[in-house]
Amino acid sequence: MRVVVWRELLVAMRRRSDVGTVLLFFVIVVSLFPLGIGADPDKLRVLAPGIIWVAALLSSMLSLGRLFAADYADGTLEQMLLGAAPLGATAAAKAFAHWLVSGLPLVAIAPLLALQYDLPAGLYGMLALSLLLGTPVLSLIGGIGAALTLGVRGGGVLLALLVLPLYVPVLVMGAGSVEMASAGLGGQGQLLILGAMLIVAAAFAPWATAAALRISSE
Amino acid sequence: MRWFWYASPQTFYPLAGKLARWCGFAAALLSAAGLYIGFFVAPTDAQQGEAYRIIFIHVPAAWMSMFIYVVMAFWAALGLALNTRLSGMMASALAPTGALFTFIALWTGALWGRPTWGAYWVWGDARLMSELILLFLYFGFMALHASIDDPRRADRAAGLLALVGVVNIPIIYYSVKWWNTLHQGASVSLTSAPKMAATMLSGMLVMALAFWMYSIAAAMLRVRCIIRERGA
Repeated sequence: MRVVVWRELLVAMRRRSDVGTVLLFFVIVVSLFPLGIGADPDKLRVLAPGIIWVAALLSSMLSLGRLFAADYADGTLEQMLLGAAPLGATAAAKAFAHWLVSGLPLVAIAPLLALQYDLPAGLYGMLALSLLLGTPVLSLIGGIGAALTLGVRGGGVLLALLVLPLYVPVLVMGAGSVEMASAGLGGQGQLLILGAMLIVAAAFAPWATAAALRISSE
Repeated sequence: MRWFWYASPQTFYPLAGKLARWCGFAAALLSAAGLYIGFFVAPTDAQQGEAYRIIFIHVPAAWMSMFIYVVMAFWAALGLALNTRLSGMMASALAPTGALFTFIALWTGALWGRPTWGAYWVWGDARLMSELILLFLYFGFMALHASIDDPRRADRAAGLLALVGVVNIPIIYYSVKWWNTLHQGASVSLTSAPKMAATMLSGMLVMALAFWMYSIAAAMLRVRCIIRERGA
C-alpha cells in the first residue's frame, strides 16, 4: 500500500502542473462568486463557507478523472488486478494519494481564501478542520465513480452526475459546521458526523471501488 | 427448485406479459376508485381545506419512490451476487418508474407547499433535499446504464451504483425525525393508530395499491421490451 501511495505521489510530482491546475481552479471558482453576487462584505461573509465548500467539491471532482484513467490506458491497472495485493487496499491507497495531491492543498489554501472573504479569524480553524475531515470522504466516494466510468462514453460529465449527489451530505455537514460555529453554536456536532462519514467511507468505499474496477476491466 | 424456473428470460417473458396485463387492469380500477374516494368521499380537512387532497397522489408516490429504489437495489445485488441475466434487466426496468414517482412526489409536494407553507420549494428541508438526491441517483443509474454498450457490463456497473446509493433511503425515511425541519412527520405508521379520518386513510391506501399495480405493470412491460431488445 505504501508503494502505491509513493508511486502515485511520484507520478503527480512528475506532472506538477496537473496538481497546480486543480488548485488554481479552486481559487478561481471561489473568486468568481463575489464578481457574480456583488461585493457586499456582509453578504459574502455569510456565503463564504458554502462557496469554499462547493468549490472544493468541484475541484476534487475535476481531478477524479485522472485517478485510474492513465493506469487503465497503459495496462498498469490490469497488473494491479492480477497482483497479489488485495485490490481494496490498492484502491484505498490510490484514494489516499488522490487526497494528498488534490485535497490537502485545498485545506491549506482555504484559510487564505477565507481571509479574502473577511471571515472572522476564529472560523479559519473550523473551516480548515471541516475540509480536512471532508475532502478525504470526497476522494473515497469519488474513487467509486471514477472506477465505474472508466472507459465509458462521455465519462467526465457522467462522473459528475454520479458523484455529485453522493457528495451532498459531505457538503451539508462541512459548510454547516462553519455556519454553526459562526452563529456561536459550535460546529462540533457536524464535525463529528463528518468524522463518522470518513470512517464509514474509508471502511466501505475502497471495496466498492475494487468491485467497480473489476467490472470496468473485464 | 421451482424458484429458478422463472429466472430465465425465456420462461419469464410470458409470465411478465400476463402480470403486466392483470396489474394494468387492477391499477386502472384501483386508481379510479382511489381518486373517487379522494375527491368525492373524503371530507375537507379542517386546517388545510381542499389543498390536502393532493396527499392521495403525493404520499403513495413518495412511498413508491423509496420502495422501488430498494427493490431495484435488491435486484442489483442479486445480479451482482448470482450473475443472473434477469436481475439486471429487472433493475433497469424499474429505474424509470422509480424516477417518475420521485418526480411526481416532488412536484405534487411543491404544489401542496405553495398554499400551505407559502413556498414551492424550501431548501432547508431535509426530506425535500434527500428526495431530490434520490431523483439524481435514479438519473445517474439510468445515465450510467445508457452509456455502457455491453448490456451485461452496464447491468453490473449500474447495479453497483444502485447499491452505493441505497445509503440515501434510510436518510429520506428518517429525515423528518432526525432533523425535524418543515416537512411534517408521518401521519400513517404500522405501530400506532393513524392520525387522520378513516375515509382519507382508505383513499390513500387504495391509491398506494394502485401505484403498486401500476409499477408492476410498467416494469413488466419494460422488462419484456428489454428481453426482446437483447434477444435473450
